[in-house]
Amino acid sequence: MSRRMRMWVLATGGLAVAVLLVAGYARLPHFGGAVHPYGERAVSAALARHTANVISSVNFDLRAFDTLGEETILFGAVLGTVVLLRQTRDEREVPPAPAEVAPPVRRYALIMLPVALLTGLYVVAHGQLSPGGGFQGGVVVATALHLLYIGADYRALEKIRPVGTYEVGDAAGEAAYLVLGVAGLLGGSAFLANTLLPYGTFNTLASGGTVPLLNAAVGMEVACAVVVLLARFLDQAVEIEEDNGSAMGKES
Amino acid sequence: MNTVPYLVAGWIFLVGCYGLATSRHLVHAVGCLTVCQSSTYVLLLAVGYRDGGTAPVFSDVTPGSRPLVDPVVQALALTDVVVGATVTALLLALVMQVAKRHGTVNPDELSELRG
Repeated sequence: MSRRMRMWVLATGGLAVAVLLVAGYARLPHFGGAVHPYGERAVSAALARHTANVISSVNFDLRAFDTLGEETILFGAVLGTVVLLRQTRDEREVPPAPAEVAPPVRRYALIMLPVALLTGLYVVAHGQLSPGGGFQGGVVVATALHLLYIGADYRALEKIRPVGTYEVGDAAGEAAYLVLGVAGLLGGSAFLANTLLPYGTFNTLASGGTVPLLNAAVGMEVACAVVVLLARFLDQAVEIEEDNGSAMGKES
Repeated sequence: MNTVPYLVAGWIFLVGCYGLATSRHLVHAVGCLTVCQSSTYVLLLAVGYRDGGTAPVFSDVTPGSRPLVDPVVQALALTDVVVGATVTALLLALVMQVAKRHGTVNPDELSELRG
């Protein structure tokens, strides 16, 4: 299809979608309106189960089964990336050279690393109380580790980041979520139902029943998943090179 | 004025589609897909907004003292962000493989069959 033709098809399709969207929006409830039936029910359910962060309650209690599906997408995407970015036969691994880092960068990166790591763990641990949770905190933890790459070099990062361990951690996080779900089933109610543990005192760390546990499982999975993902991409950028030498040797 | 946030969401989606269709670089195309996806965040949060509402988190708000925005759509947006980020990573991994195998990342030059 020529570029001109493609633009015409795009304009027609885009216009039709725009008309449909505007027609649909005209019949949506008004922006900022006071009627949110699902929201109100979610808030009262969260309060009944002593979970201060209603969004965590929605994710890990009311919609815990959907979160399992989402976690599985995450797991599958990481698996796919790992498979796609393997080292192939015509590539070789080059040990990364030590790099020179400007002293201020090194200093601030190394100061920020423990702070960022602690912040991430805090965000995971307080997911049922304050904004945040396993998904957000997991990403903070994983990126905190990579400050070492900025502050020192790739070899230093590889020392604290044995990828195999994090791959196991990723699977363990996913498995922990499933095990907690099955525990709910064995405990006498339904899969992933939040009936296993006492709901605790409102607005304390141990409140919310199974929410903090599911939250921690997700935090572990996300942190490990992001580390593994970044490791695969960094390996491609830093370590893996096309093996020109042997390829030419074969031809001649 | 009431529908402006919804219209913004639709506009972001269509801009992303335009970028996808006219893209000359696969990394750019993946970026455009992310733009399309971010329109859903705007739409979800716009649907859940309530005038004068605050975050549905009770760590420092007494229950019942203030109106709250809808937590359900916020949870959906969170889901959306996570899935979007990992799927973007998967797509970028695919782009790297395409670049290695075909030596080009221009979608227009990728029409030939190989193998």
